[in-house]
Amino acid sequence: MTNMLCESAFFGVVISLLAYELGMLLKKKFGLPLFNPLLISIAVVIVFLAVFDIDYQNYNDGAKYLSYLLTPATVCLAIPLYEQMEALKKNIKAILAGILSGVLTSLTVVLALALIFNLNHKMYVTLLPKSITTAIGMGVSEELGGAVTITVAVIIITGVLGNMLAETLCKLFHIEEPIAKGISIGSASHAIGTAKAMEMGDVEGAMSSLSIAVAGILTVVGASIYAMFI
Amino acid sequence: MKLLRQFLVIMAVSFVGEILHAVLPLPIPASIYGLVLMLALLMTGALKLDAVEDAGKFMIEIMPVMFIPAGVGLMESWGELKAVLVPVLVITLVSTIVVMVVSGRVTQAVIRLERKHKGGDAK
Repeated sequence: MTNMLCESAFFGVVISLLAYELGMLLKKKFGLPLFNPLLISIAVVIVFLAVFDIDYQNYNDGAKYLSYLLTPATVCLAIPLYEQMEALKKNIKAILAGILSGVLTSLTVVLALALIFNLNHKMYVTLLPKSITTAIGMGVSEELGGAVTITVAVIIITGVLGNMLAETLCKLFHIEEPIAKGISIGSASHAIGTAKAMEMGDVEGAMSSLSIAVAGILTVVGASIYAMFI
Repeated sequence: MKLLRQFLVIMAVSFVGEILHAVLPLPIPASIYGLVLMLALLMTGALKLDAVEDAGKFMIEIMPVMFIPAGVGLMESWGELKAVLVPVLVITLVSTIVVMVVSGRVTQAVIRLERKHKGGDAK
């Protein structure tokens, strides 16, 4: 019976959406960044699968239809970007400076901490593309000889952290300009962070979307140079 | 029928994105090609905003749930991740925070500097 239920293509989608609803409920009730709906829903689904001993494959047979929508959804990020074109043109210098500084900071911090932790070359290049969108990051890791599965895991953890911490960090460090908020979220935590930026406002969302593309492409070049340092 | 047509446009642009990804030898994913193509279509006026707006905004609104399967997939890479957990978590946490703060503050500093300059010119 349990098997039959889990093998339905709707199981993965239903459990994911239910878990997200639960996350939204907790966020509404407690309002703490730790009660991030995405983090909660991932944790709830993992616990549920573990408790009922259900394979990830079984879950993903249905849940993959949610992932399937990611490409068209990313394409749609062009819409807010188009609507904010005036703000983009007016602040182009600030935007490019912000994204470039984010990319260089990401690579440099990974280099510094890799030296401190005495990581080998393979582990170092695995972590280099951690701040950029999964599809580009996987390519970079593979090209440089990293462990692609770990890169994907780290990219997702980075995104969830960014999604969770964005509001707190902006407040704490007095990042008040909506454009600056968007650039910082997109440069640090790609599309998963952008989902949060979209909730914060139209300008934040548009700028965060732009950062995904620009930071991703700059990191392709930057990571290949940084890869020579360890 | 309006929503269906909007959905068709979005899917068609995604499809062309995949074709570009398959044909061009660059490490750029289909979604980014699609995003740039969609932006170009809107900016040139080849595509009117109301030809994609409702379906597009709906897709963006429900975007967070699309990351749940990938997040749950972490349980699959747990075996590999476990061995390097401490350095990986420290590096991930520290770099995410530092990058967010640096890029946000740099963007904000340049915006405010330019605003000051422009304000100065006006006087």
